[in-house]
Amino acid sequence: MMPLLEVKDVSKRFGGLLAVSNVSFTLNQGEILGLIGPNGAGKTTLFNVVNGVFKSDGGSINFDGHDIAGKSPHRVVQMGLARTHQIVQPLNEMTVRDNVTVGACFGREYLGLNAARRVAGDVLEQVGMGARANQLARSLTIAGKKRLEVARALAAKPKLLLLDEVLAGLNPTEIAKMIELVRSIRDSGVSVFMIEHLMQAVMNLSDRIVVLNFGQKLAEGRPEEVARNPQVIEAYLGDPNIAEKLTEKN
Amino acid sequence: MILRRPSFWLILILSAAFVYLPLRGQNVPLREDLVLVAVAIILSSNLNLMIGYTGYVNFGHIVFYGLGGYIGLYLTTARGWNLVVAALAAGVAVSFLALLFGVGILRLRGAYFALATIGVLQAVQAFVINFDPWGRSTGMYMSFEAYKSWGGAMRALWLDYYLVIGVMALSLILSLAIKISKFGLGLFAIRENEDAASVLGVNTTVYKAIVYSVSAFLPAVAGALMFFKNGMIDPFVAFEFSLSLEGIVMLMLGGQGTVTGAALGAGMYEWLRSFLLTSPKLSDFQLVIAGGLLLVVVLFAPGGLIGWVYRLLPRARGVIE
Repeated sequence: MMPLLEVKDVSKRFGGLLAVSNVSFTLNQGEILGLIGPNGAGKTTLFNVVNGVFKSDGGSINFDGHDIAGKSPHRVVQMGLARTHQIVQPLNEMTVRDNVTVGACFGREYLGLNAARRVAGDVLEQVGMGARANQLARSLTIAGKKRLEVARALAAKPKLLLLDEVLAGLNPTEIAKMIELVRSIRDSGVSVFMIEHLMQAVMNLSDRIVVLNFGQKLAEGRPEEVARNPQVIEAYLGDPNIAEKLTEKN
Repeated sequence: MILRRPSFWLILILSAAFVYLPLRGQNVPLREDLVLVAVAIILSSNLNLMIGYTGYVNFGHIVFYGLGGYIGLYLTTARGWNLVVAALAAGVAVSFLALLFGVGILRLRGAYFALATIGVLQAVQAFVINFDPWGRSTGMYMSFEAYKSWGGAMRALWLDYYLVIGVMALSLILSLAIKISKFGLGLFAIRENEDAASVLGVNTTVYKAIVYSVSAFLPAVAGALMFFKNGMIDPFVAFEFSLSLEGIVMLMLGGQGTVTGAALGAGMYEWLRSFLLTSPKLSDFQLVIAGGLLLVVVLFAPGGLIGWVYRLLPRARGVIE
């Protein structure tokens, strides 16, 4: 398989805090790569470094044959790497359709306004928001705003989509719908890199998983490998034998 | 297409009315009233590009008008340039200066940007007060000779009036054209959430610098035309801070972010102001009233008159631009 994204020895320092430390991994064309780890492990920071919100302190980021380290976010999205935000960032006083049109206008295809409106209409149908196109973004529910994040990113016609906790805060029905959407996005040929706390979902969706802890890569591999890795269990999943250990003492 | 927009034709009808009404019976008092309304519309609709479209509050917007006036008057009197050429040159020069200022201060956001715009106004005023070729604090006067090439002062003033109306029409058309363009969509995205806009692909730095520079052009041209009409300029009338504030009041009153609102607010405020200025009891109260109005609008109708209409009739969003 072809690597679409190659991250090598990337670090990000905030003053004395090393939020991401020498992280390397690759993401292959057409795969869903999960990114998990405890709160504060540096997952979102890693996303921010990859899409150019933060400049990395050393290391290289290769995307689709281009070095994108240090490129600003608007350049990165135009090269085909779009993202959603963990804390939703809707353009509140604009309609849902206009929100998505922004994504299409300034994304990889850099469409004109009319073509972008058409793409926005199609994408809104794809994510199941066609009926809400003319609503103001502020009036959406949290699940709606998360979908809007995905729709805007998709309208940019990305080759790689970074999803930052799109399932957090959704109810079980909404989660099921969103999982289905993520699958359909991958099936349409877009590679996905997703941060997720919901273990069942991320285990099911991902082809491979990267685990971060204290800014460092703890493990990388297929979901079942990662789930069995003792270090991962200790740092994030919790000790599977904790019950046995407790009973032994008695 | 802009030609298919009803607002475009409304702008043309409004401008035609401004041309026609005072022409009937050579009504000079009416012309003098309307020219003030036209200038108010020019200032508020260009300010709208920054405040209403991009979400950057410019408190020093009047600096463009004043500088345009200075450059225009200097070129027509000291250099003997044709008025139209001088006004355009003033527009280009001030836009270029705005681009330089913009690159510097547009890194700031929110209140810090607003403060910096006041700084720009004060700095330019201080510079002009000490600038010899422009007559320092006494300013410049135009010799009556300058009107000669236009067939006398009477004709020159009428011509100047039509030019101002032309700039007003262009200001409104520019606002509309930007509003319905991809550029405008990018600006609205910046207004709503600058970081999100950048992640969505908008080159925010370039967009902001361009709109700041564009918003300087027509006010500078208008400044050149108006101070040519007045025949004199000094640093205190040219860079009067209260005019900047009144521009913001007009915009908020009518409805920021809308073409119609900027024009309507300017018209309403200018009407109110001329009423207050000529009323014997209230003549010094115009700024008090302006401040009160601003407070009422911000507290009870943050969308201004047009925002209020939008709330009552959500469908109006698509019709009134």
